[in-house]
Amino acid sequence: MVINVDENTHFSILNKKVRESRDAEVTINGCIGQRYIATGLSGKKITINGTPGNALGAYLNGCDVVVNGNAQDATGDTMNGGAIIIHGNAGDATGYAMRGGKIYIKGNTGYRAGIHMKAYRDLKPIIVVGGRAGSFLGEYQAGGIIVVLGQNDDGLPIMNNFCGTGMHGGVMYLRCEKLPHRIPSQISAEVVFGEDIPELVEIVRDYCTYFPEYDSEMLLKANYTVLRPDTKNPYKQMYTDN
Amino acid sequence: MDMFIPAEYEVVRNPELCIACRVCERQCSNEVHKYDKDLGKMIADSTKCVNCHRCVCLCPTHALKIVKSDDTYRLNSNWSVQTMNEVYRQAGSGGVLLSSMGNPNDYPIYFNKILVNASQVTNPPIDPLREPMETTVYLGKKDVEIKRDIEGKLVDTLPPQLKLTTPIMFSAMSYGSISYNAHESLARAAEELGIFYNTGEGGLHRDFYKYSKNTIVQVASGRFGVHEEYLKAAAAIEIKMGQGAKPGIGGHLPGMKISDEVSATRMIPKGIDAISPAPHHDIYSIEDLRQLIYTLKEATAYTKPVIVKIAAVHNVAAIASGVARSGADIIAIDGFRGGTGAAPTRIRDNVGIPIELALAQVDERLRQEGIRDSVSVVVAGSIHSSADVVKAIALGADACYIGTAALLALGCHLCRSCHTGKCNWGIATQRPDLVKRLNPEIGYKRLVNLVRAWSHEIQEMMGGMGLNSIEALRGNRLMLRGVGLNETELNILGIKHAGA
Ligand code: SF4
Ligand code: SF4
Repeated sequence: MVINVDENTHFSILNKKVRESRDAEVTINGCIGQRYIATGLSGKKITINGTPGNALGAYLNGCDVVVNGNAQDATGDTMNGGAIIIHGNAGDATGYAMRGGKIYIKGNTGYRAGIHMKAYRDLKPIIVVGGRAGSFLGEYQAGGIIVVLGQNDDGLPIMNNFCGTGMHGGVMYLRCEKLPHRIPSQISAEVVFGEDIPELVEIVRDYCTYFPEYDSEMLLKANYTVLRPDTKNPYKQMYTDN
Repeated sequence: MDMFIPAEYEVVRNPELCIACRVCERQCSNEVHKYDKDLGKMIADSTKCVNCHRCVCLCPTHALKIVKSDDTYRLNSNWSVQTMNEVYRQAGSGGVLLSSMGNPNDYPIYFNKILVNASQVTNPPIDPLREPMETTVYLGKKDVEIKRDIEGKLVDTLPPQLKLTTPIMFSAMSYGSISYNAHESLARAAEELGIFYNTGEGGLHRDFYKYSKNTIVQVASGRFGVHEEYLKAAAAIEIKMGQGAKPGIGGHLPGMKISDEVSATRMIPKGIDAISPAPHHDIYSIEDLRQLIYTLKEATAYTKPVIVKIAAVHNVAAIASGVARSGADIIAIDGFRGGTGAAPTRIRDNVGIPIELALAQVDERLRQEGIRDSVSVVVAGSIHSSADVVKAIALGADACYIGTAALLALGCHLCRSCHTGKCNWGIATQRPDLVKRLNPEIGYKRLVNLVRAWSHEIQEMMGGMGLNSIEALRGNRLMLRGVGLNETELNILGIKHAGA
């Protein structure tokens, strides 16, 4: 099914069509800021040409969503499964509380990417950012994997401030050797050569199959700063029974 | 135990009655009672007693009682024993004080200073035993445009509503903070009564999907257990922005309380702390709230009402007005007395405002702005009885949430030790040996009894006022009078003083 929209198309009309379509593949042309596309959907492939609005793929449960353009805020909020592939940049709070599936971004992402990301049994969410990430990357991260490849060409560092605040699970692989600014005390950092991390090798290779403009061998032949929480219960000692 | 702190309560055993059956020893998870072989009798360490009354209730010979210790520090009207002990605790541990259940302190209870009217002679009372008395309420947006099709027939444009047979629901209590058996009791009671219970932010256990028609699911900042199926199963979805017991504070379930089942329901790994931060990190404005509301509506194809729960804080009326405009179908307001499974003591005891005042102001503000019909209002935070329900509705509420009262029905004795995870009544615990003490078969019947009894009382009070439907009571403040309230309080409540 092909749905052509323009700036006058209300999101509820577009989303109803997508939701009720019986086709396995849906293409949206001319998308311009319509929110909540593919929210709570499963079992479809959705291609978006243009710029989807906020909360693309919230509660996504197993769709493939491809964005030929940029995505806005809260992409993949609480998503459970599926893939969101963005051939551009993504806004703030990308992958909020996501529990499964993957979000691959060719360019940069904004603030709070991967906040509250979790993992659960065989569900292990993955966010890969080709460029750089804004502040508060992986805030309260409780599980899952965040990779930042730093292929931005604006000369800015791979991320802004407060990376991993409140992180208590999961892992971040940052393609840089210099520790991000102000790492909180409950996080441990080590520098590891990319090719020596099997999990990372697999993810980066998979990522590059979507973005042929990147060379996985080149990306992996570099040192990565690996961040993990060094205790599972960072707040355990804070309380006194009263 | 802190050596500075003497026992607050004393376990008193009548040696004439005690047969040393050791029931108390087995029943007390705090390990107060012990059989002393050398002495040949039961002994007790009162410093560990939280006064939950489990041993008292189960002692077969009624040999036990718990009394307030008359041991005292040097009397001081400025420094209470409680305050001094709190200093000792913190000096010993360096920790933030953690408490549970609602604020127990001596603040005014406005419901107790409000009296209800009754008819005499003219406009006579209605007898609910003889006349039909409508307690059904529908929660949701009512202010829709009236549309007709080409043939002039009305088109149904009414947004989804929750139908309650009586204006009472069970408030949000998560699986994790309370037990499986407590949840089962609430779910079954809600189904039997035609009302709703609320999952809180702990997800919905697999076994309870069968009660989903009577389930409100919660979406909180940590998004625990939130997924497509969970949202689609629910009767309504509640976004938790705040909680009366801890406004401005998030939640924190310690890793040690995350059992296999709790982990599966929250969809988080076992043993890792479950942290719900204070804010939703994607909500910084009413517009952002609107976005979350519509994400949920889109995810469920506009088939269920979305509730936004906020704590009653100073400018609650303005906040509620924003929430009403954000697309929420129902606003739930939780007063400063609201319960909790764990909250920092200072927050619980010092933050927020009474629900009676908050409700009166919210209702007034929404009316003034002409948007009262665009949301329903549900209130919580120490609804003690059917009389409180009647007063709340007359102050403008559509329905009430009850939490503590429901737990009392299940056996809770308000020992306020939920945060220790050792609830002797099988309610606020995940320890299998304790959980099985609460029999859901009995528990659900007790809840049904309670709500039925309250509903009868509501009908009688309505009948007494000459009203035969709850609709006629809502916001009917002429039915209320204050006693012992000052001018400001009366103004805020929008009621007259008794005699006026
Ligand atoms: S804590 Fe409860 S069961 Fe234990 S001694 Fe005190 S009242 Fe009895
Ligand atoms: S739920 Fe249990 S622990 Fe909590 S106050 Fe009631 S009896 Fe005490």
